[in-house]
Formats: sequence, C-alpha cells, structure tokens
Amino acid sequence: MHDMHNYSFASLLRHGINKHTTWPKAWRSPPLRDSYDVVIIGAGGHGLATAYYLAKEHGLTNIAVVERGWLGGGNIARNTITIRSNYMRDESIPFYVKSVALYEAMTRELNFNTMHSKRTMIDVIQNYPMMRDRRRRQHIMDIYGSTYEQISEAEVRKRIPALTGGGPDARLPVIGGMVHTDAAVNRHDAVAWGYARAIDAMGGEIHQQTAVESLVRGADGAIEGVQTNRGLIRAKKVAVAVSGHTTTLTETAGLTLPLRTMNLTAFVSEPVKPLVDVIVNCPDAGFYFSQSDKGEMVIGGAPDMGQSFRRDIKQHVFEDTVSAMLSLFPSFKKLKLMRQWGGHLDIAKDASPIMDETDVPGLFVTAGWWGGYKAIPAGGLTLAHLVATGRPHELMEAFTLKRFRHLDYVMETGTTTAR
Amino acid sequence: MMNIPCPFCGPRNEAEFAFGGPVKPHRPDPNAVSEVEWTQYITTVPNPLGPVEERWWHVKGCGTWLTIWRDTRTHDIVEGPGDAG
Ligand SMILES: Cc1cc2nc3c(=O)[nH]c(=O)nc-3n(C[C@H](O)[C@H](O)[C@H](O)COP(=O)(O)OP(=O)(O)OC[C@H]3O[C@@H](n4cnc5c(N)ncnc54)[C@H](O)[C@@H]3O)c2cc1C
Ligand SMILES: [Zn+2]
Repeated sequence: MHDMHNYSFASLLRHGINKHTTWPKAWRSPPLRDSYDVVIIGAGGHGLATAYYLAKEHGLTNIAVVERGWLGGGNIARNTITIRSNYMRDESIPFYVKSVALYEAMTRELNFNTMHSKRTMIDVIQNYPMMRDRRRRQHIMDIYGSTYEQISEAEVRKRIPALTGGGPDARLPVIGGMVHTDAAVNRHDAVAWGYARAIDAMGGEIHQQTAVESLVRGADGAIEGVQTNRGLIRAKKVAVAVSGHTTTLTETAGLTLPLRTMNLTAFVSEPVKPLVDVIVNCPDAGFYFSQSDKGEMVIGGAPDMGQSFRRDIKQHVFEDTVSAMLSLFPSFKKLKLMRQWGGHLDIAKDASPIMDETDVPGLFVTAGWWGGYKAIPAGGLTLAHLVATGRPHELMEAFTLKRFRHLDYVMETGTTTAR
Repeated sequence: MMNIPCPFCGPRNEAEFAFGGPVKPHRPDPNAVSEVEWTQYITTVPNPLGPVEERWWHVKGCGTWLTIWRDTRTHDIVEGPGDAG
C-alpha cells in the first residue's frame, strides 16, 4: 500500500509552479506476477469498480485486473453516459437507485472530478401504449424512491424549446412526457481513471495489454487461472467482466450462457451554443440525446439487426436514426455530424443483467449489462460482495444465472433508453 | 450495409429486411430431454464470433423468409459449412 496523491487546489498550485512536470503517475505498472487471490478480466467500468470494492470493502488487495487493450478503452469509452434509474421491475429499481447515489458521491469518494452533471431526463411520448408502460414504471419507481412524473405536451415543449416537430398533423404527435429528475451525465474517462488510481493506492494491480486467451480449469473442474498472451496467471477466483465478449471467453471453460452480443451505435455533432439542458429521450421515434459540456449533441440510436461484433454504424441504421431525430427536431438539419461509432454489448433473454458464480467453481460472471454504464458503481459493489463472501448481494439476488434454469425471467423494459 | 440475396428479388439492401433470429436446433420434446437441455433450448441462442446461420424476412419486398450465413465480425454473407461444394 502506498499513499494516494491528493488532488486539490493546493496541489494544482504547487505542480503548476513546476510547470506541471512533477505530478506523480496516477497508477503504477508493476511486474505481472504468476498468481493472485482474484483475477478480474476486463478493465472496463465493471471490472475496475469490482476491484475497487474488493479492496475497499473486503480488504482483498492481492488482486489483478487484466485488460487486453488499454484501461477504460472498451464500451465505457463508447457509451452515451446516461445515468438513470427509471426501470420497471421491483428487482431492478433499488439496484439502479443505489448506483445513481454512488455516482453522485464518486467525485469526493475517489478525489477525482468525474464532472457529474445532474440533469433531468425527459421522455417525449408519442404513443398511448408507451405512456401506459411509463406510468406503470412510475408506480413501481415511487415505491423505491426514484422519481418519475407525467407532464403535458405543452410542458414538454416549454422545457425543450428545440422540439418543434411532432405537432398535431404528424404521424405520431407528441402526447406528453415523463420527467426523471434523478438522471445525470458525467465523464467516463474520469470514472475509469479515478477507480484505477484508487485501486492502485490500495495495492491492487492493473495490467494492460494482457489478453486472456482461455480460462483454465483444474483437475477438480474448478477454476485454476487464466491463460494470457503473457503466460499463465493462477487464481482460485476469476471474475469475467468483458461485456460483449463474455460468451467468447466462457466457452473456453465449456459453458454456454444465455447471452447475445449486439452492436449499439452513437454519433456526435459539432459543438454548438447551449440549446438543450436536459437529456431528451424519444422512445417512440427511437433515439435519445444530450448536449455535452463542450456543446456537442451526443446522440444514441438503434442497434444493428442480429448479433454483431462490429464497432461501426451502418449507413441505414444511421439514416433511420437521423430521420427520426429530424422529425422531432427539424432545426438539427443544420448540425454537422463529426464522429460515429458502435460498441459490442451483450444482452440476456429477459434484458436483465447476470451476476453469478458459474457452474465452474470460482468462476464469476457479470454480464448482460446492455445499458450498463449507469450500473458500474453498484455493479462493482455487488460483484465484489459475491466474490468475497460467496453469497449474492441483496441488490443482485434476482439476477443469477440459475433463474434461466427455472425460466424465472426478470423481464425488463427499462434496459434500453430508446425503445 | 448487407446485400441480402432474396431468391425472388435478387440481392437487396438489408434495410428492406426484418431480422428473424439465429436458426435454432429442432425444438425437442420437453418430456424426452433433461431439464437442463430443455431450458438451454428455450433461453440460449448461438452467439459465435464468426459465421452464424440465421433467418431474414423480406418484409419491405416480396415477403419471403430466407436463411443465410453471416459473419458476426464483418457482416459479410458467407458460405455455411453445409453449403460448400
Ligand atoms: C453506443 C453505446 C451507447 C451506450 N449508452 C449507454 C448509456 O447512455 N447509459 C448506460 O448506462 N450504458 C450505455 N451503454 C452501455 C455501457 O457502455 C456498457 O454496458 C458498459 O460499459 C459495459 O461495462 P464495462 O464498462 O465494464 O465494459 P467495457 O468497457 O467494454 O469493458 C470490458 C473490457 O474487457 C476487455 N476485454 C474483452 N475481452 C478480453 C480478454 N479476452 N482479455 C482481457 N480483456 C478483455 C475489453 O477490452 C474492455 O476494456 C452504451 C453502449 C454503447 C456501445
Ligand atoms: Zn424478396
């Protein structure tokens, strides 16, 4: 263990006088050892948060996070950073309420500015069945202290002045909205780097450019370690936190998991003057967006049809999303779009996450986090609990792999923002 | 973008199609297989990093259903193991 360099106004002044040449490294790059108590695969949000809570809550510091690319370079860097808790199921909502609260406290907890910006999300509703689904969610969210409130069409337009389409003559006129005041956006790099720095300070290790090629089982069938491009690493406990690549990896241990991998896409406009101060979600049209602090419109669209391990956006998916957006926001026609991309995400049959010890003793998975950026802090908290104690955390009890054995689905309509 | 070969209309833009899911093995008789095999059949689809066999519906065209092999890494339409030769 070594002390974490505290970031403060005083340290900024001190290092500023030295022309910023004296800042210490935020985390070390220690030599890779051949065994650890716990190996976590994937330095995305979920892997890093798990390592953080293993060290912080359970005192487990002989741990390594292994990452085939670079830290925070997976889907955590490719998502649209919408943090919210407007889910539908009694099993889901308390988990997301907890995650939102942990995000709100993160800047102070990690002494790292995550640029947390709490800004209401407004669903623009254009269909009565959608309105019914949202009001059903509202009743359940009420029980768990998450906020959802119906507003009129006039109120929607007052709060989102750029929404000039969807009038009475449109194919789908805007009929009202739902307001979720708990929603927020923040800075994804800061989340990854803040966790990495804290893990390092508590003695945990992060190894980049370390790809797991296969999971290794012992003679008794239990997990024994992982085979990587840098050799065998032994561990009695291994946690798989690789988002879209879960099944590719768990197949190497002979497991078949009920997950599909899909490519979800997003794109970003040039920066413009402040225009929208809420997160706008249009579930009937099939897109959502928010304006970043830099002024860019960050726009999320639809996934590709079918399973996909691509990381780009197809022309017709892109065109569909843009035309849906222009039907409600015609003035956005003038926006220049700067970048577009996609990311591999996995999703289970019931659109709820999976967190469990698998049939291979000592091998844990956290997967099916379709919209799982918002779930990172609570996902880490609960997986660390499971790995350290062998028992599921109460917030994740319903989300085992075993539920599929009993066909005991947790069907969740809140998983995707836009549909 | 994929150009999906429709047996009636020829190669058409994938935007004209609806996705019908991967081809699953034959539906077993639930009483003839183990519980694990049955629930696996119900809950799990093939998720390969590579070629997958799947159904597509030419819904904005002639309305036929067809089966193709597609590589999930590139979305290239490829020959399936059974199609060769
Ligand atoms: C376009 C888009 C928009 C999204 N928008 C939102 C949103 O608004 N709100 C929200 O809550 N969620 C959103 N998501 C979902 C969110 O990004 C993911 O659910 C979440 O990031 C997944 O968890 P993670 O951060 O741990 O994954 P990742 O960051 O993908 O981490 C997994 C890591 O595992 C590594 N890895 C994979 N295989 C191996 C291997 N064999 N060996 C070693 N390392 C390996 C990868 O390189 C990667 O770094 C969005 C996703 C996309 C693609
Ligand atoms: Zn046809």
